[in-house]
Amino acid sequence: MVSLKDITTIKLAEAIKSQQISSEQAVTYYLSNIKKYEHKNAVLEVFEDALLKAKEIDKKIKARESVGALAGVPFIIKDNMLCYGKKCTCASKFMEDFVSPYTATAVDRLLKQDAIVIARANMDEFAMGGSCEHSAFGACLNAVSDSHVSGGSSGGSAVAVALNMCSFALGSDTGGSIRQPASFNGVVGFKPSYGTVSRFGLVAFASSLDQIGPITKTIGDAEFVYSFLSGIDEHDQTTISLPISNSKISSLKGLKIGIIKQVLEIAQNTPNYSHFKKIIDVLKNCGANIQIIDMKEYDLALPAYYIIAPSEVASNLGRFDGIKYTKRAEQAKDIGSVYTLSRTEGFGEEVKRRIMLGNFCLSSGYYDAYYKNAKRVQKLLKNKFDEVFKSVDAIILPTTLGGAFKLNEKTEEPTSMWAEDMFTIFANLAELPAISIPNGKTADGMPLGVQVACKKLDDLKLLKIASLIGGVLNV
Amino acid sequence: MFSDYEVVIGLEVHAELKTKTKVFCSCKNEFGSEPNSNCCPVCVGMPGALPVLSKEAVFLTIKAGLTIGSQISPLAVFERKNYFYPDLAKAYQISQLEKPICVGGGIKLKSGKNIRINRIHLEEDAGKLIHKSEVIGTFIDYNRGGVPLIEMVTEPDISSAEEAVEFLTKYRRNLIFASVADCKMQEGGMRCDVNLSVRKKGDKKLGTRTEMKNLNSFKSVQRAITYEAKRQIEELEKGNAIRQETRKWDDNKNRSFTMRSKEEAEDYRYFPDPDLLPVRISEKTITKAKAELPELSEQKRERYVREFSLPKYDAEILTNELDTALLFEEASRLTNMPKQVSNFIMTYVLAKKKERDNLSVFDVISADNLAYIIKAISTNELTRPNALMLFDMVCFTDKDAKSEAVKSGFISKLSEAELESVVDFLIEQNAQAVKDYKLNQVKVENFFMGQLMKQTKGKADVNKGRTLINEKLQKYKN
Ligand SMILES: [Zn+2]
Repeated sequence: MVSLKDITTIKLAEAIKSQQISSEQAVTYYLSNIKKYEHKNAVLEVFEDALLKAKEIDKKIKARESVGALAGVPFIIKDNMLCYGKKCTCASKFMEDFVSPYTATAVDRLLKQDAIVIARANMDEFAMGGSCEHSAFGACLNAVSDSHVSGGSSGGSAVAVALNMCSFALGSDTGGSIRQPASFNGVVGFKPSYGTVSRFGLVAFASSLDQIGPITKTIGDAEFVYSFLSGIDEHDQTTISLPISNSKISSLKGLKIGIIKQVLEIAQNTPNYSHFKKIIDVLKNCGANIQIIDMKEYDLALPAYYIIAPSEVASNLGRFDGIKYTKRAEQAKDIGSVYTLSRTEGFGEEVKRRIMLGNFCLSSGYYDAYYKNAKRVQKLLKNKFDEVFKSVDAIILPTTLGGAFKLNEKTEEPTSMWAEDMFTIFANLAELPAISIPNGKTADGMPLGVQVACKKLDDLKLLKIASLIGGVLNV
Repeated sequence: MFSDYEVVIGLEVHAELKTKTKVFCSCKNEFGSEPNSNCCPVCVGMPGALPVLSKEAVFLTIKAGLTIGSQISPLAVFERKNYFYPDLAKAYQISQLEKPICVGGGIKLKSGKNIRINRIHLEEDAGKLIHKSEVIGTFIDYNRGGVPLIEMVTEPDISSAEEAVEFLTKYRRNLIFASVADCKMQEGGMRCDVNLSVRKKGDKKLGTRTEMKNLNSFKSVQRAITYEAKRQIEELEKGNAIRQETRKWDDNKNRSFTMRSKEEAEDYRYFPDPDLLPVRISEKTITKAKAELPELSEQKRERYVREFSLPKYDAEILTNELDTALLFEEASRLTNMPKQVSNFIMTYVLAKKKERDNLSVFDVISADNLAYIIKAISTNELTRPNALMLFDMVCFTDKDAKSEAVKSGFISKLSEAELESVVDFLIEQNAQAVKDYKLNQVKVENFFMGQLMKQTKGKADVNKGRTLINEKLQKYKN
């Protein structure tokens, strides 16, 4: 019999379809792990109908009815994606009782392939944060250590995959929210090119940067799941179709891989630099052509990001005003106090911090200096990356400054938490596809990741290159 | 003292577009439905929902711009206007700021003065608050949320209430004739904001302006302008400064009062909506809109004078409202008697329309019925009094005029024998006329026709009657 422990999504799908294992068994297995690791707080709610759905799929398979490519495969969604009739809270008190009136396109595409959504995963409130400590329902703990953070904002999704609570999970990545927790928990996290996966039904954080992507055990699984996720959606005007890949890359030999000088300078001073350096040596040995790229604009990315993202979120979260949705402050007496009190009570500190920052950046008199300039920086970065990818096939960089930090280590110092995004936000600002793959462990055993990124819409090429690199790293 | 001042007015006019769907979702754009029945996750601003721009709304906006000679932007951008209000589902309105669809344009007034137009942009309407009572509270109807609105902004070229109303009348007429908007004021289909300042004649510098919001009838616009101009001049004469503020016009009290001062003004924190890509408007689309643009009021007016030789005055009356023009054109086509149609509409139909407010002339009478009545008068199938009686009978009904005429006995039902007996009787009774026949045949025949119609109360067939009279009188020819 097939062992379910650490089985890849591709293999599980095959095993269920060929009746080596039933979907019911798979769901039961993953649910048992959810139970087992309940203290990690990775999952906010298990969907009661999962087993029922699994039995239905099993029946279909037995009856040799046609089923989708993901038939019976259990997955978990980050709790900012809508699934009809089920709660969606964004880990916020504001949406505590919100029941989805429709299903997000990305989720729907997986359900159309007969995958089974079994739970919704913990996250930082409204996807803001890099530790999953900003959840209104408690922090999610790291997969390998109860005293470390899971990373964020898709912390719950990453821990769920790492601890076999599902076959794969969906996360969303606005500044690194898929890649960083994937790295912290030793799994694969893929942020696709902006626009290749519909955002319809994803509760918006920063609309121009948000992207849904898979968190998986392997790069092959990431590609497999992504093949169902991507595509034009008539409900999301920013979606674009992926060009057909004509990349003939089959080995690392001769592959041009860039390292951004400015990244290197930061990384050199981090304790885990040796891990990154080791990969570079391995790649060189495999015949890859490593190039150092000077990108002065890189240092502007972080400040630009922390203007654009808060500005958009300030607008996106305006709808949580105490009029609709759950939380209306009880003491509110008039319309003004409904807004002020409800929002004061309903939002967590980090969310409030960013809303205030965003409103400041957009306010008249400051708009040009902040928002407009930040958009200019974004344009510069995009242009620069366009140029860079004329001379290299991919760039490589660490996913994070180090391994997962300790709980409460950075909550008092928001900007040091923000600096955690140092190596990830470039991909969101430049709309690039980027993937984090496991790359060893720190001295105290915390997982580390390495990140590869390609030109916008070269997602399939990226996945190919990543799998070649993963091959030499044994991922 | 008032004559020492001049008034400077700029208008902002909102009109709801006549699209089938809302501007960012596929919900119906319909007035008067059950509250919250034309709603979906997009237009009630549910988390995760995204706007999808209606091409039809953009196209109608382009058409609106073409009616006033705007330049159509090759690239238009939608922006978010952020503010809190319970009728605004997302706490932002998708609107346009820096790159509107239509730029520039103007409308010429009768005096020859051109009122320049700054822009027309496309945006979404908000929902509607329904205040029940203190106890029950306030309800929100989101049916109107997401209905496409175009906002037209003029330059401060208007100098009186009369000019403002003339301008608005013309702009409204353009939108209606172009089939862009219905502009039903009483349904909120057209709303107007007035920016007004006054200055001493000859002054170059503009005075401090106030803004009056949401005036929903031309009468309110007129009264609000008159009131505000007077108020500002009186303040200045008293030596007071004008405060820059937003004022609310109260139609019942016939005065305006401060809504919020400049300091309390909202900061809308506009920025480009990341959910909507910039809209490229091709030359092809503009050409198509131009080709599809129907004849506007002024073009019709000129054509009626040219083609049908109608007096200018008549042509103007007929083209004031689209429905009148369409009724005129259709009935003229059916009868080939434009002059008679025009007279009948001006004398009878429009008077009837006035009896009941806000109805279309097509509710008064259909083109078919009107055409029948006019034809029947001209062929003497109906006497004029009967025709008018018939008009009264079919007005505001679905009845068919011809069958009503038959039912009411307005049309001849006399058999040929009956007809002959009446003619014989008349000849017998009018010996003198018979004698005169050889002197003036036409006159005598007409006399007998008149007598015949009188005797039969109009029930005689005109043609048959005339033939019969002619036949019978032949023997008295010599
Ligand atoms: Zn809708």
